Amino acid sequence: MIKVKINGQEQSWDGDPDLPLLWFLRDEAGLTGTKFGCGQALCGACTVIIDKEAVRSCITSINDVAGREVTTIEGLHPDGDHPVQKAWREVNVPQCGFCQAGQIMQAAALLMENPKPSHDQIREAMSGNICRCGCYQRIENAVHLASTGV
Amino acid sequence: MNFIDNPRKLRGFEKNLKVEKISRRSILKGLGVTGGFVLAAPVMTRRAFAYETGAGKMPHGVVVDPRVFVAVAPDGTVTILAHRAEMGTGVRTSLPLIVAEEMEADWSKVKVQQAHGDEGKFGNQDTDGSRSTRHYLIPMRQIGASARTMLEQAAAKRWGVPATEVKAVNHEVVHSASGRKLGFGELAADAAKESVPSIEGLKLKDPKDFRYLGKGQVSIVDLHDITTGKAGYGADVRLPGMKYAVIARPPVTGGKLVSFDPAEAMKISGVEKVMQVRGWPWPSKFQPLGGVAVIARNTGAAIKGRDALKLVWDDGANGKYDSVAYRKELEEASRKPGLVVRQEGDADAALKAADKVVIGEYYLPHLAHVSMEPPVAVADVKGDKAEIWAPVQSPGGTREDVAKTLGIPEGNVTVNVTLLGGGFGRKSKCDFALEAALLSKELGTPVKVQWTREDDLHHDFLHTVSVERIEAGLDKDGKVIAWRHRSVAPTIASTFAAGAKHAASFELGMGLVDMPFEIANISCENPEAAAFTRIGWFRSVSNIPRAFAVQSMVGEIANATGRDQKETLLALIGTPRIVKPAVKDMWNYGEPYDSYPIDTARLRKVVELVAEKGEWGRQVPKGHGLGIAVHRSFVSYIATIVEVAVDDKGKLTVPRVDTAIDCGTYVNPERIASQIEGAAIMGLSLAKYGAVTFKDGKVEQKNFDDFQVIRMDESPVVTNVYIVPPGPDTPPSGVGEPGVPPFAPALMNAIFAATGKRIRALPIGKQLEA
Repeated sequence: MIKVKINGQEQSWDGDPDLPLLWFLRDEAGLTGTKFGCGQALCGACTVIIDKEAVRSCITSINDVAGREVTTIEGLHPDGDHPVQKAWREVNVPQCGFCQAGQIMQAAALLMENPKPSHDQIREAMSGNICRCGCYQRIENAVHLASTGV
Repeated sequence: MNFIDNPRKLRGFEKNLKVEKISRRSILKGLGVTGGFVLAAPVMTRRAFAYETGAGKMPHGVVVDPRVFVAVAPDGTVTILAHRAEMGTGVRTSLPLIVAEEMEADWSKVKVQQAHGDEGKFGNQDTDGSRSTRHYLIPMRQIGASARTMLEQAAAKRWGVPATEVKAVNHEVVHSASGRKLGFGELAADAAKESVPSIEGLKLKDPKDFRYLGKGQVSIVDLHDITTGKAGYGADVRLPGMKYAVIARPPVTGGKLVSFDPAEAMKISGVEKVMQVRGWPWPSKFQPLGGVAVIARNTGAAIKGRDALKLVWDDGANGKYDSVAYRKELEEASRKPGLVVRQEGDADAALKAADKVVIGEYYLPHLAHVSMEPPVAVADVKGDKAEIWAPVQSPGGTREDVAKTLGIPEGNVTVNVTLLGGGFGRKSKCDFALEAALLSKELGTPVKVQWTREDDLHHDFLHTVSVERIEAGLDKDGKVIAWRHRSVAPTIASTFAAGAKHAASFELGMGLVDMPFEIANISCENPEAAAFTRIGWFRSVSNIPRAFAVQSMVGEIANATGRDQKETLLALIGTPRIVKPAVKDMWNYGEPYDSYPIDTARLRKVVELVAEKGEWGRQVPKGHGLGIAVHRSFVSYIATIVEVAVDDKGKLTVPRVDTAIDCGTYVNPERIASQIEGAAIMGLSLAKYGAVTFKDGKVEQKNFDDFQVIRMDESPVVTNVYIVPPGPDTPPSGVGEPGVPPFAPALMNAIFAATGKRIRALPIGKQLEA
């Protein structure tokens, strides 16, 4: 039995230990905010935060996170008012919105590590997250806004 | 208008609707609609509006009836149906916002509810062709005005005063003479008893009184849910007892399953079943390709199970499709005469007589849509009833196709439209929903079919592959006197009919026969091209290769004559005029030509606007270059200036993009800007990386590592968008797609300015490194 804490709640799994965390979250735990985009850690849509670090849940097995603390978009802030989330709304970032949970989690992890990232640091840190709609200019502006106070 | 306690009941409300037989008949006749159950349709008279649109000619036309689209609850909550699909353009907000504006509803008290697929009830729902605002601005205003009028009439009766003395203002009706007011909620029950006013008699708001339209102050309705992970996409639907499926499909289009061995797959923890899925021979529109499905308790197990399948395929006739060889075929075809699709003057003679001939042969490979949400659908089929949840651009078409595929009446099929995690034309084709329906029918349980990214790349309905060859004949003064454009590309028609080898009318009308330059001798030809895979619509469709070729050629002519790109472009566009269509029944995006003509004054205007705002001709650092391009598509006019920087190793960056758009009367300038910003990214993606290639009939790319798209570190540093203010009666035109076509040629012209290298084949790849 694998035990993992997700958004502060303990969850357990006794199936395939190699099951990617992404599918445990989405299909077993019902936390569908984390998205499937590529399955190969190429697009960042599945990004969650594990112990303060942004992680691609599509290539992380449930076994790898046993005993650790996973935060998904649903658990980032109880009212959805994390500075990054507020900045995203302030800047009207999303178009289709599908990649945005992963983008927000990546940005939140970036700001935990580096509260005042530069233009280049933002662009570098966010480049693992693809947005096919092309919201990059606004994502960059929103990360900057979140870092300076919404 | 429905006045009910629970707006969720809207879906079953059709039973309570009464159809006025007489008016219905006459209206149907007037619109030329041959079937369907149109309740009441707009009669867009010249008196009310200075233009008509092609909305009424779409399948199932337009429905203008507040009882279908609007509900007011006793607590004042106004529910407005969004009947088009939301894939990122903002239409799910924009169309209801139009209703709210005209109705005088307070947007903070409005709830938007997504309509299911039912074109008989809602009118056409195909969310493609950049049509939603241009077809629905007027109908949504009329719906809102009808609802407002009913509320005003109810209040006037309550107070015993003439209706002319009352006025709806911000969610209440006011009788200013007596100072009395009644909220929309208080009037709901009475307003329900009012008859729906005739469209002809409706009084619409004066645009100067608009609170929301044209302001760009209202955010999309899903914004909060998107930022908190609550927004519901196709993949997020979960039903009790639902199974998870992935499908192994024939690797070559038209291939067939020979045999499969499920033994190893069945050993995977969580896998419950392996079963064959019915496929249709190619081409068969949007019918599934067939293959083998792995059914599991979660998607991860299903994918792992599929990896363990042993499969034997017969690749069939398309097993030899090879992109390198096919490019040569297209190039050779472009060098020989082909079917003449447009002729003015004598281009042959004029080319022979020309002082100089500039020739450009432009190649663009297949492109995949790769929306961030891969295709996915949930189906629950029980007996002769089917319910679908899917991110589809065509809910009505999906309903029809599910009914046909399952052999059940269309009325027994419910298609629930989720949010779309991107569409770009891919999700106009509902094969993934049909797969889910077939599987659910066999399993007897709800099932979700999830496509992986590899599936998405391998089984897309791809953007075509093309060679565009242009020969421009110049006289001794550098004036262009002859223009021959040969366009060779597999047609989308090949997905619907075997053996189609010539462009369909709508493809010809996307930048070929509608090319607006003022040149005396023009010949456009369309040599044959066979298809060997599924070809489909991709955001802006044939406009991508056509604009690429035409606008690159403008840059080449500028270079050949030693003139400025922008001046060359304006000289080719010629005098401000309404262009007379060069061919009979020229495709005009389905719009009547007198409302939406090719107006070169507007084309010139966006060039001049972008040149002014984008500081055309400004000094740029060494290694930088400016390029310009303009294109009319989806009846909008768009010009783009790209500044590129190419370093000594050939690395390309884009410091700045400026785009001017004239899309006529608009609803939400903030969403227009977001569409144009995104179009620059998509344009840069296709220019820099975009290529799906085939070898032995199979797609060579698998995922985002070998089908790359632009990421933030290489996206334009700044994209500026300028919107041309509309005239008082300028009809609305497309926004979602037209931003894409001018980007790549503007970039190529910029690269030439920066480096002296003319890139004629996309993607750029390593061409600048040589």
